[in-house]
Amino acid sequence: MTLKRNRAFAVVGAASVLALAACSSPGGGGGDAQDVPGVTEDKIVIGTHQPLTGPAAAGFSSISAATSAYFDYINDNGGINGREIEFIVKDDGYNPANTQTVVRDLVLQEEVFAILGGLGTPTHSAVIDFLNENEVPDLFVSGGSPMWDQPEKYPWTFGYNSEYIAEAAILAQYAQQEMPDGTYCMFGQDDDFGDDFEKGALEILGADGLAASERYSVANQDVTAQISALKAANCDVVFLASINGFTALAVGTAAQLGFFPQWMATSAGGDYGTLEKDYLQENAPLLLENFISTFYLSLETNQDDPWVEHFQMVQDEYNGGGEIGGNDIFGMNMAYMFAEALAAAGENPTRESIVEAIESGAVKGSGLVPLGYSPEDHTGNTGVQLSQVKSGVQAYFGAPYVYENGEVTEYTGGQVPFENGIPGSN
Amino acid sequence: MSSRTTLIVGLVGLVAVIGLTFVLDPYRNYQLATIAAYLCVVAGLTMLTGVNGQLSLGHAALAACGAYCYAFTANGLAEQEVTGPVLLILPILAAVVGAAVLGLVVGLAAARLHGPYLAGVTLALVIALPAITSRFSDVFNGDQGLYISVERRPEFLAGRGGTEMFQAWVAIACAALVVILLRNLMKGNFGRQMRAVRDNEVAAAIAGVNVARTKVIAFTVSSAAAGVGGAVLAFMTQSANPGAFSLVFSLFLLMAAVIGGIGTLYGALWGSILLVVLPDAIGSLTKSLSLSPEVAQRLDGNLAVGLFGAIMVLVVIVAPLGIQGLLRKGRLKMQSRGTPQSVPVPK
Repeated sequence: MTLKRNRAFAVVGAASVLALAACSSPGGGGGDAQDVPGVTEDKIVIGTHQPLTGPAAAGFSSISAATSAYFDYINDNGGINGREIEFIVKDDGYNPANTQTVVRDLVLQEEVFAILGGLGTPTHSAVIDFLNENEVPDLFVSGGSPMWDQPEKYPWTFGYNSEYIAEAAILAQYAQQEMPDGTYCMFGQDDDFGDDFEKGALEILGADGLAASERYSVANQDVTAQISALKAANCDVVFLASINGFTALAVGTAAQLGFFPQWMATSAGGDYGTLEKDYLQENAPLLLENFISTFYLSLETNQDDPWVEHFQMVQDEYNGGGEIGGNDIFGMNMAYMFAEALAAAGENPTRESIVEAIESGAVKGSGLVPLGYSPEDHTGNTGVQLSQVKSGVQAYFGAPYVYENGEVTEYTGGQVPFENGIPGSN
Repeated sequence: MSSRTTLIVGLVGLVAVIGLTFVLDPYRNYQLATIAAYLCVVAGLTMLTGVNGQLSLGHAALAACGAYCYAFTANGLAEQEVTGPVLLILPILAAVVGAAVLGLVVGLAAARLHGPYLAGVTLALVIALPAITSRFSDVFNGDQGLYISVERRPEFLAGRGGTEMFQAWVAIACAALVVILLRNLMKGNFGRQMRAVRDNEVAAAIAGVNVARTKVIAFTVSSAAAGVGGAVLAFMTQSANPGAFSLVFSLFLLMAAVIGGIGTLYGALWGSILLVVLPDAIGSLTKSLSLSPEVAQRLDGNLAVGLFGAIMVLVVIVAPLGIQGLLRKGRLKMQSRGTPQSVPVPK
């Protein structure tokens, strides 16, 4: 090796390093203390991480599109307190390592005001420390882990989904009522999703209440071994703590093995529209007949619901039309909740004031059960209602239930009434 | 060139890069740290594949081994309430040892295998990783992986950006160490033996080179380097999980080595930079094109993969020796214009 070579290398190296430095924007230096990241006179920038590619994409990628559409609708109607909402969606492929990168990009580079609805328990738990360390509002995390509800440890994080533990307890109680002598089993994701669900189910069913408990890894698309084990255990009821793709896989694989238990799924993986459109298609009505699932928002099949009517209008005008689905309602309701929080955070919102607004109970959403937000509680939806598929139509039955401290109780308060799609305006 | 000049040039480069961390904003520092972490793995891989001729598709798994070793050690130390440099250095050493041991085991098999067969074994390694972590979920915590208690930035770096700067320092220090050690190995007697084995095993054996031993050592050293990379990634992301070390990542590492210029450490550097900068640049590009949000979202993850593929094909056709080969060719051309008698000396 020659000295010349090294010199040339040094020159190229220095040049590339300078190029790197040139692309980097100096991070908001020189501003006064009033500066709030992501907030200007007429705009507020927020971001999210979503699985637009990878194993969870087919089930969930429509959520952020619906959220964006709802923000477009708000912006076209004057925004919130005169500010338009800009929503940056980054793909993390449902891979925690990517989540680390894209969330740093959003917070440090794009300088977003808040993260809204980061999707996934394994993915989001990889960034929860980073967000709280940097005091970034981490709003309405899309996942039912109790991890989001730790106001002392994570004061900036708020949950959104009903907690898996609550869904499991409510499903288990129903199973016990309907099939007191049944054999109960579960098929769950191999992370906190599965663990929390199992905890909730066992709380109701007793320590040996599950005859079999099988786990799957999102990296492996073959679940024959697990389903065979469930079949061998003669399960009458199989609880599904699975995302949509694996719900479809479980139901399909079981049918191939001639195994037809009563399925009971969580809201994270039990949306009939998604299961039909993205996975099972023309086989869906047959495979999913009597399929039981939970949810805590309006179901699109209830066309008299004014929320559904409103969301369908936004869908038609801003999200390419077509019939609205559970994921669309999920995404739009999230946008609506953020707008509520922003409207309540005052004329000049700060990161502190939006957290205070949420803790004060100003955010109501459109759910069937109340949200848990208070200074001591960062739980999102506090319960669920059960639905069943009959002839290809998923509809609610019975009453909504809430879960608190190991107890399931009926909720009689009714759904939040629809007044106006733009919070804060009249 | 004397080793003293190399040392000086290397030191100047190191100081320059460290100085750069003071100028860059936190996100760029995070990217710089990521480049350094990738460089550890790609440098080891480029030595193994380019210099010794053993093809590994499983380096992500070896990096994962490093990450998990780092996680277990760091969490164990944190439980004993150990802090300070020990909480940083001991887990990295554990990662090196752990990855080297796994590398030794695979390397022993590798010494008996050639080309596609070796590729198959290493491929199995990386594909088996999620199955292993989910089978022994009590230990590895399945897909979600382990949360790691890491040594925080020193107090004087507190405030916005200090964490990322500290991460960059640690990553750069590790990468520098790996590169220096690998360079010495490749330039020395052992480097000659590795090349001899790559070019013709029979000839090498006749010349007195212990072929099997050379291959096993090369695999072990390369694995140790991958372990360092995995440890740095674990330190940066505070987590060790199978998703971060997928087959796609493994292929990206090999691509980085090939695109950069296989068998050279400069090539490994170019490849690592590209792995970090290209997806970022594509992100900015799709943003500036003002596409409909839906199209932009779809492109965000996929376009980078497609472009990597296209660049890979182009490099193999136009510049089989990668970016470093292209630079070298350009420089030789310029030199030969000045001094007609200069002839490129074969390595």
